[in-house]
Amino acid sequence: MTIGAMMLLEALGAVAAGLLGALTGLGGGIVIVPMLTLLFHVDIRYAIGASLVSVIATSSGAAAAYVREGYTNVRVGMLLEVATTSGAILGAIVAGYVSTSVVAVIFGGVLLFSAWRGARPIAEHVTSDPPDRLATRLRLNGTYPSLQGERAYTVRHVPGGLALMAVAGGISGLLGIGSGVVKVLAMDQAMGLPFKVSTTTSNFMIGVTAAASAGVYLHRGYIDPALAFPVMIGVLAGALLGARLLTGARTATLRKVFTVVLVLIAVEMLYKGLTGGI
Amino acid sequence: MPSGRARWTDERVEQWIGMLLRWGVMLSAAVASLGALVYVARYGGSHVSYATFHRVPPGLDSVGGVLRGALALRSRWVMQLGLLLLIATPVARVALSLVSFALQRDRTYMVMTALVLALLLFGLVGPGF
Repeated sequence: MTIGAMMLLEALGAVAAGLLGALTGLGGGIVIVPMLTLLFHVDIRYAIGASLVSVIATSSGAAAAYVREGYTNVRVGMLLEVATTSGAILGAIVAGYVSTSVVAVIFGGVLLFSAWRGARPIAEHVTSDPPDRLATRLRLNGTYPSLQGERAYTVRHVPGGLALMAVAGGISGLLGIGSGVVKVLAMDQAMGLPFKVSTTTSNFMIGVTAAASAGVYLHRGYIDPALAFPVMIGVLAGALLGARLLTGARTATLRKVFTVVLVLIAVEMLYKGLTGGI
Repeated sequence: MPSGRARWTDERVEQWIGMLLRWGVMLSAAVASLGALVYVARYGGSHVSYATFHRVPPGLDSVGGVLRGALALRSRWVMQLGLLLLIATPVARVALSLVSFALQRDRTYMVMTALVLALLLFGLVGPGF
């Protein structure tokens, strides 16, 4: 294929990925690597490099809006970024020493996990527990805008949250994805943050986490601009379009469809990884 | 009149962070698009395959190399400079947070933010692995 045609097709595929990711709230990054490797037959190392760059673009683009709306807890984000960036650099280093088949198998597992998490209904829980002493000392408790005005929330299980975040960072660095699913799990389930605060703070951290491993990948020669640029601009356009369409879109059905898609590509990644096809 | 330090409230800094992220993404997309236009016009018709991995050409894999190539107006390097600006955007965001915590005299968060910034710079200009 010629360079021009390849760049155009990749950009179009990335628009679809970004659009689906924004509409389902599951992020587009997770389907970029499978799309490039399974559909375009790109070596998984180039695919991971391109995916990381696109993850930084969508995270930063969306965070710009969320931070100003007051949902993001910048202090929680800053604290947890210590864990995610450490994990991300470690994950990126490890990626250089394991075979691409192993990376593909782990990727398949993470896809299955994301599909399982994505299929569950979103439950907004209210924390009535007394605030954690460590969280109070670190001034992590905050407020967020709701229909009834500013609502206060408290944070708990800080060490557990940090540990889960290091894992999220490691997965992000190893696979070139944002691993927002694990980040939200840590904040929403373990630390008891409101769902909207968890998702926006997760998104806020994804850019920094991805930037940490992107540096390592750049030095390893994984980031080819002729591949990474069309993917980045496509995902960004798709995500922006998705955010526009989000109001009034029937996302429940779309989430179900996307979950099935995730399972299908997970199976293909696992198969290719186990048979040495990747 | 607000004093110099009162201007660095959490809410104010959050507004600036939002602006920094927005402009960072727009600038990097613009630079990379310029490079891509020239690149496609010149090499768009030649054939390419990414099926087998061989590192990107030397110079595309380091901050210094990318800067030198972009200054020489080589299109593929200008594209990479755009991507590098994108990677630098969250780094700049962390640096801005560090300044704000320093001005708020918040020791704990200064240490944390400095650690994150060090890790980011280590990844970006460090030894590579």
